[in-house]
Amino acid sequence: MIYFLLKGIWRDRSRSFFPILVTAMGVLLTVFLSGFMQGVFNDIIEQNARLETGHLKVMSRAYAELASQKPNDLALYEADSLLAHLRQEYPELIWTPRLRFGGLVDLANAQGETKAQGPANVTALDLSTPSLGEAQRLNLQKSLYKGRLPEQPQEVLMGEEFARRLGIELGQSFSLMGSTMEGSMSFRNYQLVGVIRFGVVAIDRSSLIMNLADAEDFLDMQDAAAEILGYFKHNSYSVKQAKIIAEGFNAAQADNPDEFAPIMLSLRAQNNLGQYVDYANNMSTLIIGIFVLAMSIVLWNMGLLGGLRRYKEFGIRLALGEAKGQIYAALCIESLLIGGLGSFLGTLVGLGLCYYLQLYGIDLDGALEQSNVMMPSVFRAKLTVELLYIGFIPGLLASLLGSMLAGLGIYQRSTANLFKELEA
Amino acid sequence: MKKILCSLVLILFTMAPNWAQTASEIIAKMDENMNAKTQISRSQMVIHGRRGSRTVESRSYSEGNQKAYTEYLAPARERGTKMLKLGDRLWIYSPATDRSIQLSGHMLRQSVMGSDLSYEDMMEDRKMQDIYSLRLLGEEELQGQRVWVLELVAKVEGLSYPKRKIWVDQRYYVPLKEELYAKSGQLLKELTFSEVKAFGDRYYPTITHYKDALKKGKGTDFILLELALDEAIPEHYFNKSILKR
Repeated sequence: MIYFLLKGIWRDRSRSFFPILVTAMGVLLTVFLSGFMQGVFNDIIEQNARLETGHLKVMSRAYAELASQKPNDLALYEADSLLAHLRQEYPELIWTPRLRFGGLVDLANAQGETKAQGPANVTALDLSTPSLGEAQRLNLQKSLYKGRLPEQPQEVLMGEEFARRLGIELGQSFSLMGSTMEGSMSFRNYQLVGVIRFGVVAIDRSSLIMNLADAEDFLDMQDAAAEILGYFKHNSYSVKQAKIIAEGFNAAQADNPDEFAPIMLSLRAQNNLGQYVDYANNMSTLIIGIFVLAMSIVLWNMGLLGGLRRYKEFGIRLALGEAKGQIYAALCIESLLIGGLGSFLGTLVGLGLCYYLQLYGIDLDGALEQSNVMMPSVFRAKLTVELLYIGFIPGLLASLLGSMLAGLGIYQRSTANLFKELEA
Repeated sequence: MKKILCSLVLILFTMAPNWAQTASEIIAKMDENMNAKTQISRSQMVIHGRRGSRTVESRSYSEGNQKAYTEYLAPARERGTKMLKLGDRLWIYSPATDRSIQLSGHMLRQSVMGSDLSYEDMMEDRKMQDIYSLRLLGEEELQGQRVWVLELVAKVEGLSYPKRKIWVDQRYYVPLKEELYAKSGQLLKELTFSEVKAFGDRYYPTITHYKDALKKGKGTDFILLELALDEAIPEHYFNKSILKR
């Protein structure tokens, strides 16, 4: 019967072409929209992870309370042994310490007098251990506007807008003034070896990037760490896995009353990102839900119209003696096949588009050049398992439901009236 | 009845010298006591952090309210760091970079050596009467002494502390307590002065406890170890060349 119906669909293309096309388009848009939104939300979360939160982060309890203020005086002590412990216990993650602090950059003229000054936000990364992948994680090589990455001690990178404002050139030295982790005054001279441009005004106008060892020396933080960030080696945040690791680590510290004992927080537990993830998921579900509903109504309506249009055909078939149930079943199976074909095509093309955008993305670098918000410059889609059914099931069921509803009319027709209707 | 009247008159006469003083007279006398022509001091700053305390020792030279030079003596990390204030400008010299850096803008609001004092606190050099409207709120007892309580409200814009409350010792015209407020009325800092000692014919509190109300921690103690008043200070101490010497 299915073969017979498929043959009918193929031969009578006026009956099947548009339903398949409409179903395919609806499913394609659902799959693509869903994949793209997932990708964009995922990119924003990953951006936060790369720059700020890590997939997991270890801090002291006292530091965690005021984490937004970056209180380096509350940093972890004996950080080297803690780092070794983390690397041994959780080898599925890359663990890397980071430091952030504020300071004053002072550029001198030939007489040693202040020529220009500016407040700096310093980020210190372990750039001397390439296996940690910090330069790649922050996309430093690509963001390098001119110069090179730091290789020697006391070499630093500066944001393009910051460097332009100070009037500093590559190779020039400047002084940085700030405080050690204990609050003592700290002064060091650094050499500018590279200028970076992230495209985010907030970063470009005050950022200074240096090697972790230099920052430890500046802050007098040898064997101390403000934040130790953990990144899954497969490079994708796993909510469940991160939660299990953080809970396990914190449970082991539960009996330690020291306010400077380490605490591990997952990405979700930092910077209200949990709320953001939930909000993003809810919004995504809502938008896709509305879209699926609209698509279902269109397809349902199409199935309904398709069934009504064939009113005469069903009359003839009934007059020839075909059972009502058989006609109804044939109608439903036929719409199921049309829906299936359309959904299959829509899902296939939708997945293809998502895959393309996952690989290449949409580059909005130019549009976000003067943005004050920290956003990824390339928006990518993300292929997920749910894309296989998110469009397919509504595509399949909506036209089936429409046909099932329209088909109910078959049972209301009486044989006595059939010939009168046909004669008319 | 006569006895009662006599007693009342006697009491009023006894109180008269104190009540007769206006707020501006009290502040003027306090300024007169506290501000010598020159001061040379050695002091310790004990900074009580959340993880423990550390002590920074320094020697300071000042002339009036406009010129001040400080050299840090200990601990090792601070030794050789120097600070020069000339009017509204402040330079810091670091031996590590061999540079003198002038501080300005928001940097002046930063804490000095991680203490509860900011550079701005050290920079304030105008007479209180010129920048605040003064009001005598009443009298109290503090640290076992009778004190006047005065309220100071800014009459010029841009002050770090638009409102202050000062408790002034009636015997020595020395502040015993000070509360510094923001424009919103929020308490920003609390200063407690103690161990008042005589230096010649002047009196100074030798321990000042600073507490930044917005910071966790136990505050900072500023301890005056030595003080010489009205001694001649060579002019080069208030020249930028002193920083690199």
